[in-house]
Amino acid sequence: MGCIEALKPEVLLARISFKEAREYIESHAPEVHHVQPGFKLFGEYLIGVPPLAIGIEDDNILFPFTKPCYGTFVLRLKDGAEVERFRSEVSAEMKRSLKGRGRKR
Amino acid sequence: MFERGGKALLLMGCPEVPVQTSIALYLCSRLRRDGWEVLVAGTGAALKLLEVADPERHYLSETMNLDDCIAKTVEGEMTFDICFVFMHSDAGVTYGATIRSISSARIYALIYGRGAEEIAEMVDFDCERIAAKAVHNPAPLKAKIDKVMGWAA
Repeated sequence: MGCIEALKPEVLLARISFKEAREYIESHAPEVHHVQPGFKLFGEYLIGVPPLAIGIEDDNILFPFTKPCYGTFVLRLKDGAEVERFRSEVSAEMKRSLKGRGRKR
Repeated sequence: MFERGGKALLLMGCPEVPVQTSIALYLCSRLRRDGWEVLVAGTGAALKLLEVADPERHYLSETMNLDDCIAKTVEGEMTFDICFVFMHSDAGVTYGATIRSISSARIYALIYGRGAEEIAEMVDFDCERIAAKAVHNPAPLKAKIDKVMGWAA
């Protein structure tokens, strides 16, 4: 995840557990979505214990970021275009998931 | 006992607990002897510890950066039959849960370190848990691995 670090995100919480990161995002972001590990954000695949909470706050994305030797961080990064891409990808995923469920029935 | 000839992945995190390097080399040796193709993915420091310990690659074969391993697995460029995930911290559990979500491989959670019991309680995803309170001495963890893998004498 070197690319995300290069984008110089704001560190909201550092060296916490993944569970604490999820709880922080869920309780602080006005808009929260849940995705699975491997979801792409800022060009990188997200690591995490599912479900991963991703927060949206205006043009900012709040997300968990895990480093093997340092634990999990909650980062905030401003990128309006990525917010829109994220919303559209989450919506597409949800439609695919609902379609899949419909087929099983 | 398991079939021979599959692909095995060892996923290594932060090498701050000494038993990780020792157990990784042991698994490379033992799995290769059973005909497994072994790929080791880890942090730069975890891989460097292995490479320095095994310069002529008697045990170690292919290695890969941890993030590249996750990316190639998500993209379907890389598959494996079994995966040993080293976990001595919350971050290790996070990587294990990620591998569980993106791969259909059989997962073995190798749980060790001073907080092994606490870490084991956090592992609630589908995997085979192998836990021992091992920090400097790899023998307790090795014994449990041998038992689970059918390698015990």
